[in-house]
Amino acid sequence: MVTTAARFAIEARSIIKNFGDTAVLRGLDLSIPPGEVTVLVGANGTGKSTLLRILATLTKADSGSASVVGIDLAENGPLVRGLTGSVLHAPMLYSDMTVRENLMFFAALYRLSNVDDLIERFANKVGIESRLDDRVRTLSHGFQKRVALARALMHEPRILLLDEPESGLDAVSVGRLDDLIDEYRSSGRTVLMTTHVVEHGLEIADRAVVLTGGVVVLESTSPALDRASILAEYSPTRESTTKRDRRP
Amino acid sequence: MRDSLAVVWSIGRKDLLLEVRNKEIIVAIAGFALLVLVIFTFAVDLNQANARLVGPGVLWAAVAFAGIVGLNRAFALEVEGNTLEGLMLAPISRDLIYLGKALGIFLFLAVALMVVLPVFAVLFNLIVFRWEMLAISFLTIIGFSAVGTLFAAMSVRVRAREVMLPLLFLPVVTPLIMTAVESTAHLVNGRSWSDMSQWLQLAVAFDVVFLVVSAFIFQHILED
Repeated sequence: MVTTAARFAIEARSIIKNFGDTAVLRGLDLSIPPGEVTVLVGANGTGKSTLLRILATLTKADSGSASVVGIDLAENGPLVRGLTGSVLHAPMLYSDMTVRENLMFFAALYRLSNVDDLIERFANKVGIESRLDDRVRTLSHGFQKRVALARALMHEPRILLLDEPESGLDAVSVGRLDDLIDEYRSSGRTVLMTTHVVEHGLEIADRAVVLTGGVVVLESTSPALDRASILAEYSPTRESTTKRDRRP
Repeated sequence: MRDSLAVVWSIGRKDLLLEVRNKEIIVAIAGFALLVLVIFTFAVDLNQANARLVGPGVLWAAVAFAGIVGLNRAFALEVEGNTLEGLMLAPISRDLIYLGKALGIFLFLAVALMVVLPVFAVLFNLIVFRWEMLAISFLTIIGFSAVGTLFAAMSVRVRAREVMLPLLFLPVVTPLIMTAVESTAHLVNGRSWSDMSQWLQLAVAFDVVFLVVSAFIFQHILED
């Protein structure tokens, strides 16, 4: 069922998503080859997070289609979720459970085995090994984000979806995150991330996609070289979402 | 199949673990139900005949209304921490999330009922500790959990969820409450098993239909 030879790791075709009268994604097309780190940049409200939520199967597009390694999201959600790991805005952790209990719980949902070893391994990887037996509510936002990252990595997904992963992280943790992303790239897996630290995003990415008004306005396969044109296209102050035309 | 059951159990066990730490839901359900029972003991002259007449109705009305308090809280906790989305990210069919949450609510109601029933037996001076009562309670709280989980998920993102949930939940569970009241009335009046079996069959049918239908609908209401 998993199409290992799929041409694109992520493919979105004519995605439209509205929230009430507000059009967030307006016929977005995107194709991301496997083994690349892609950074999505754009002002607030351009639809970056919405696109990631659609790809993570948390929300449905109003129209259009999307697939992950050739598997249609609408047809096989559980399989797609098994192939993706997502760290979105909220850490999505149970604050009255310890870090270990949270990771054990999610490992059970992901039907993982050797859970104790996995937890130790990924806790070391994201730097939370000293806090494994602390309740999540006692952790800072940055630590919670690291736990969320460990949860997203535990099942070793082929595609990592990261929504502003650096928010709340200190410089050391951002460095760790960069190493992790590098490791992902070198193992042939795919990362799609949004960021507001555009300069940094362009440094680590193989591909940059600029969203404005819910569509892709620029795509670059050498973001470090195309920095000037990407930054010119990306304008945080630009009005991005639009009210849909009201039909009579 | 075994994997699916393990996932459902993990979600139910997680809810129970959080409840052991927070003590929010079971205390609210049991406390509210006990309060209703106590109020009724003052409101009604509880001689043996009256107790048999009104007792079953008071018991299940108290449990139904108290259950709403717990239902509201059970889903509000998942939404406040965005953890419902954490569940939705797991590579599992979303009906398993429904079944897991329903199991959690079932466990809360079961524990609350373990507290409420002895108090009911003492206050109303009725003998309810019979295995038939176990069957009645079991079937009734399965139905409550099946319907309640669905409507709690539907109303949790609504601003007026405290109002919305009872408005959705109570009309639908009314047949089940009637079933529980009738079969409990048969029990406390010393009638035979065959007298109450038709009511229990109705409860079984209710539970099966609502578990299946609710699991199906739940998948759709989770997504925008």
